[in-house]
Amino acid sequence: MSIMSTEETEWVRAQQSAEFVELKRRLRRFVFPMTAAFLLWYLLYVLLADYAHGFMATPLVGNINVGLALGLLQFASTFLITFLYVRHADRHIDPLAAKIRQDLEGDDR
Amino acid sequence: MTAAHVTAAETGLTGLTGLPGLTAQTAETAGSNAWLNVAIFGAFVAVTLVVVFRASRDTRTASDYYAAGRAFTGAQNGIAISGDYLSAASFLGIAGAIAVYGYDGFLYSIGFLVAWLVALLLVAELLRNTGKYTMGDVLSFRMRQRPVRAAAATSTLAVSFFYLLAQMAGAGGLVALLLGIESKVGQALVIAVVGALMILYVLIGGMKGTTWVQIIKAVLLISGAAVMTAWVLGKYGMNLSTLLGAAVENSPKAGEKVLEPGLQYGATEVTKLDFLSLAVALVLGTAGLPHILMRFYTVPTAREARRSVVWAIVLIGVFYLFTLVLGYGAAALVGPAEILAAPGKANSAAPLLAAALGGPILLGFIAAVAFATILAVVAGLTITASASFAHDIYANVIKRGAADDKDAEVRVARITAVVIGGVAIVGGIVANGQNIAFLVALAFAVAASANLPTILYSLFWKRFNTAGALWSIYGGLTVCVLLIVFSPAVSGRPSAMFPNADFDLFPLQNPGLVSIPVSFLLGWLGTVLSKPGDAAKHAEMEVRALTGAGSEKATAH
Repeated sequence: MSIMSTEETEWVRAQQSAEFVELKRRLRRFVFPMTAAFLLWYLLYVLLADYAHGFMATPLVGNINVGLALGLLQFASTFLITFLYVRHADRHIDPLAAKIRQDLEGDDR
Repeated sequence: MTAAHVTAAETGLTGLTGLPGLTAQTAETAGSNAWLNVAIFGAFVAVTLVVVFRASRDTRTASDYYAAGRAFTGAQNGIAISGDYLSAASFLGIAGAIAVYGYDGFLYSIGFLVAWLVALLLVAELLRNTGKYTMGDVLSFRMRQRPVRAAAATSTLAVSFFYLLAQMAGAGGLVALLLGIESKVGQALVIAVVGALMILYVLIGGMKGTTWVQIIKAVLLISGAAVMTAWVLGKYGMNLSTLLGAAVENSPKAGEKVLEPGLQYGATEVTKLDFLSLAVALVLGTAGLPHILMRFYTVPTAREARRSVVWAIVLIGVFYLFTLVLGYGAAALVGPAEILAAPGKANSAAPLLAAALGGPILLGFIAAVAFATILAVVAGLTITASASFAHDIYANVIKRGAADDKDAEVRVARITAVVIGGVAIVGGIVANGQNIAFLVALAFAVAASANLPTILYSLFWKRFNTAGALWSIYGGLTVCVLLIVFSPAVSGRPSAMFPNADFDLFPLQNPGLVSIPVSFLLGWLGTVLSKPGDAAKHAEMEVRALTGAGSEKATAH
């Protein structure tokens, strides 16, 4: 494709607009560190379960040991990250995305 | 046989010829109620068929057939996703793995759950905004259409095949338990009936009918598991610790070990690596499963796609907490020896627990739910695979996107559904008796190797191009499938699919640890060795992905 159609240049313009750059920054600054965090936390758990049997078997309360508690914490952290992401998206991403979308689709029609 | 010996030899989760007396007794318990089980299951089929018929009256366009007109709400779709996801592997497989191997079974549920964060944070919304029906839509957005669509369809079919295999294998074991059908021929016949029913759902109902089947099934499955969980906990004074103690007491071989990791995977350094490999495949597989990805297109907006993932995470998380109780409950109330001696082996833990709790009626109900689970998941997989073939290969590769005749595309999808159903039946008969959680883990490994790298690269990496996509999909798929073929799961030990053959050259049962990094690497290498992707197309894709501008809208009826 040697010549860009007007539609294509419009997308490029939209991509380079300050608003879109800000939207992208808001999304990536949340999801990339959060993904790294939960993957590392999961990996830590898996490695402990794999190579630290003694530690995981340490009793905490009654028959509930460290391994079970850490496993249940994985559930808790998953629920927590879900909640945090939805809140972040509602507050910081959706309004801006909607505005950019309206600007773009308004131009089309 | 010591516990360590059992776990070392049986990491395939099958095997263990049981005590004959127990087998006879179990088969009798189940067999005497065969008609009750059939009646409850028949009622489910009848109700869902009516629903599917009603839903199908609105199915007219390709968007209706593949994406249910994009008219489902986030909550409905979230329940349907959990229906798609909570397959027989989750219910029968995990409960069985916990009952027999204790803590190691718990890892499956944690991996299966945490994986949803990848889908939520990185994939669901962006995918909804950039595609129409299939994964191929997204991948081909800024690539050369035909080769990338062909690759996407190939990997979709491969993942669906492994997943189908697992479900059909589960159907065989379940039926053996429920109807007391011990002969392989009888079980094969039942697998064929399941396959035929599932084809019927897909042909008549399309995505809308299939989604309603998922919703009904998810509600039944989750409430059934909730009742059993409360029942089990009630027997132990609502005290998890007491339940765990009872499970230890009733597991004479393993004892305290059932509460610790390592019973199944801790035997040698190789099995420990296998555990790590499994864990990686589980957490990265979900966001590459085509039948889950396709669900994001059944809602009208990216916001609803997000909402549906949140619903799915909550329902799936709660369900896995239930399976923890059910697994240890089965160990405490039924006992690992009796479970392994039953016709469905580890897969029969949950039904046997139901029988121990509520007698034949609860057994019948839970078994019917488990059966319905298999049926619904198989239908979901079939519609995905057939959509991928018809939309990506037929309409865009063979007809080069020139065929405006959408009826023909839907017709091809329906024919494909019949073919896939046939293949699934044959595969299910071969894989009959394997642990289904384990088989599903293989499907996850294929999904994580063939699909996930390309999806992530194409959503987030500007330079990514056609060569990178092809290298990653075909390379990841090939490496993954080859490693599975040469793994001890397929040959070389009594618990393998082909126990008499011996070509297990690769030591790990799950290939994820090798094949997933290889696929990421190939995607990177293919990209940097060729020209960068089209910048204008990337601009369009990125703006559309993040804002939803120009995305496919819901169709109104």
